[in-house]
Amino acid sequence: MAVDRLSLEIPDRSITVLVGPSGCGKTTTLRMINRMIEPSEGTILLDGVDIQKQPVNTLRRSMGYVIQNAGLFQHRSIVDNIATVPRLLGWSKQRARERAAELMERVGLDSSLAKRYPYQLSGGQQQRVGVARALAADPPVLLMDEPFSAVDPVVRKGLQDELLRIQSELGKTIVFVTHDIDEAIKLGTMVAVMRTGGRLAQYAPPAELLTAPADAFVEDFLGADRGIRRLSFFPSGALELQTAPVVAQDADAAKIAARGSADVPYLLVTDLDGKPLGWGEPKDLKAGEITPERLLPYGRPFVHGSDSLRAALDGAVLSPTGWAVGVDDTGRVVGVVSQQTIGEAIRNAHAQGSGDDVRAAG
Amino acid sequence: MNILHFIQAFFGDSAHWHGYDGIPTRFGEHLHYCLEALALAAAIGLPVGLVTGHYGRGGNTLALIATAGRALPTFGLLVLLVLLVGFGMLPVMVPLIVLAVPPILVTTYEAVRSVDPSPVDAARGMGMPESRILFQVELPVALPLILGGLRSAAVQIVSTATIAAYIGLGGLGRYIIDGLYQRNYEKVVGGATLVAGAALATLAVFWAVGRFAVSPGVRRSA
Repeated sequence: MAVDRLSLEIPDRSITVLVGPSGCGKTTTLRMINRMIEPSEGTILLDGVDIQKQPVNTLRRSMGYVIQNAGLFQHRSIVDNIATVPRLLGWSKQRARERAAELMERVGLDSSLAKRYPYQLSGGQQQRVGVARALAADPPVLLMDEPFSAVDPVVRKGLQDELLRIQSELGKTIVFVTHDIDEAIKLGTMVAVMRTGGRLAQYAPPAELLTAPADAFVEDFLGADRGIRRLSFFPSGALELQTAPVVAQDADAAKIAARGSADVPYLLVTDLDGKPLGWGEPKDLKAGEITPERLLPYGRPFVHGSDSLRAALDGAVLSPTGWAVGVDDTGRVVGVVSQQTIGEAIRNAHAQGSGDDVRAAG
Repeated sequence: MNILHFIQAFFGDSAHWHGYDGIPTRFGEHLHYCLEALALAAAIGLPVGLVTGHYGRGGNTLALIATAGRALPTFGLLVLLVLLVGFGMLPVMVPLIVLAVPPILVTTYEAVRSVDPSPVDAARGMGMPESRILFQVELPVALPLILGGLRSAAVQIVSTATIAAYIGLGGLGRYIIDGLYQRNYEKVVGGATLVAGAALATLAVFWAVGRFAVSPGVRRSA
C-alpha cells in the first residue's frame, strides 16, 4: 500500500511540504490531489467539496502542476509552453501569449527567451518555465512534485528563493513534494514528514519539527545538526552590536589606541565607505599605513535584522577572531559581535521560544 | 553497349516522351498506384500505431502482424489474388498495402511509445484530454520517426509497384516487362532508371515534408 489512512489538513495560501524517504508515498499523495491517482478509499476535500464531484480535467485545470525536469513540450516555443492551460481554457491565442509574457517576467525569465525552444534553455531556466506554465491560468492551488531536485545546488537555491518571493506576491496554496529535508524546512509553512507505507510521522511547522521531533524516525531524518539549523528561525535583530572596535582606514593613531582594550583584542577596519576590510590587532595598526592585504579576513558578514542567528553564528565561526561582522542592506558595517554574545542571544531566544513563529531568511 | 548508352538511347528517343506508352503517361500511372497504396496503408497503419503507442499496449501483436506481413511474398500474393478475383486494381493494391503497413505500423507504435513520459505526465496533470495529449504532445515529438516509417514504406511501394505491369496494368514496370519480353534492353534499363529516380525523388519529398512539418524544437533536440 502506497498511502495508508493519511489525514492531512492543508492550510490555504501557504506552502505545505510533504517530505520523506523514497517510497514513502509523498508523490502518490500529491497525485491523488489532482486525481492522477485515484484513492482506493477515503475522500479529499477542496474548500469543503469532494474533488470527485467535478470533471477530472476541470479539477486539473484549476491546479498548477510542476514536475521534476519541468516536462516542457519540446516542439513548442517557451511562450506557447506557458500558454498551454489558458489555451485549454479557451483563451484567444493573443491573450494567452500576453499572459505568458507577463509570467515570464514574474518568474525572472528574460523576454528574449520567448521564441526559443526548451532545448535552448538551461535546466534552471526550464524549471522556471515549468513554474510559469503552472501559474498561467492563475490557479489557486499549485502542486509541485520534486520540482528542483534535478538542478545543481546553486541553481536550486536560486529557484527556492524565487518561489518564496513569488509566493509572497501571489499567496497560492502550494503542496510541495521533496526528499530534501533542508528544502522542506526552508520552504514549508507546514511540513509533513512521511514514513514508508504512506504513514504520517509528524505534521508541524519547521521550527517545531526541529525543536521537538515526534519520534526517532523524524529525528534521524532531520539529521545531526538540527540545533544549528533551528537557529535559522531566530532573527539577528535582537543582537546587541558593538561599534567601538570599528575604525575607518584613515583613523589616526590616537583613535586606534583609544579603541583597543582588554575586552577588544581586535579592531575591524572599514574602508572610507564603511565596507569591511579586515581585522587587525591595535598594536599592529599604524595610522596612515593600513593596507587591506595585511589584515585578517572578516569571514562572511551577516545582515543585521534580516539574517538569522544562524548566519551571525556562521560569520563568527568563520572569522579567525571569533567575532562576526554585522552589515546593513548595502553592505556597510553597523557593528560587530562576539561568539559569546551570540551564544547568550541563542540561550535567550530558546528560553523565550521566539523561533516558533518568527521566520528569518538564511 | 554499356548501361549508360542504353540510358542515353532510351531517354534520347523522342518517341518515348509521347503517347500512351510515353514516359509522362507511365510515370503518372505509377504515381497514381503508389499514392493510392500509400494512402490506404497509412489509413490502416497510422491510427492503429498511434492508439496502441499512446496506450503502450499491443506491441507483441503488432510485431507478429508485421513479421507475417513481411513474410508474405509480394509476387505470390499478386498471382494468388489474380486467380481468386481476376485482373484489376485489387490484386495490385493488396500486396503493396501488405508490404507498406508493417513499417508504418511498427515505427508509429514505437515512435509514440518512446516519447519522453514527463511532458505527457505534465499535460495530463494540467487537464489536457487524452486525444489532445496524443495529437498535440506525443505526435509532434514522434513525427520525425513516423515520417521515417512512411518514407521506407513509400520507397518500397515505388519500387514494387512495377508488378502492376505483370497483370496488364501500366506504370513504369511496363518498360521493364515489355523490354524483357521484346529483348529490348534499352527499354529495360530505361524503365529501371526511372524507377530508381522515382525512389530517390520520394526520399527528397519526405525530406522536404520533414523540414516543413517537424518543429525546430524537435528537430534540434532529436
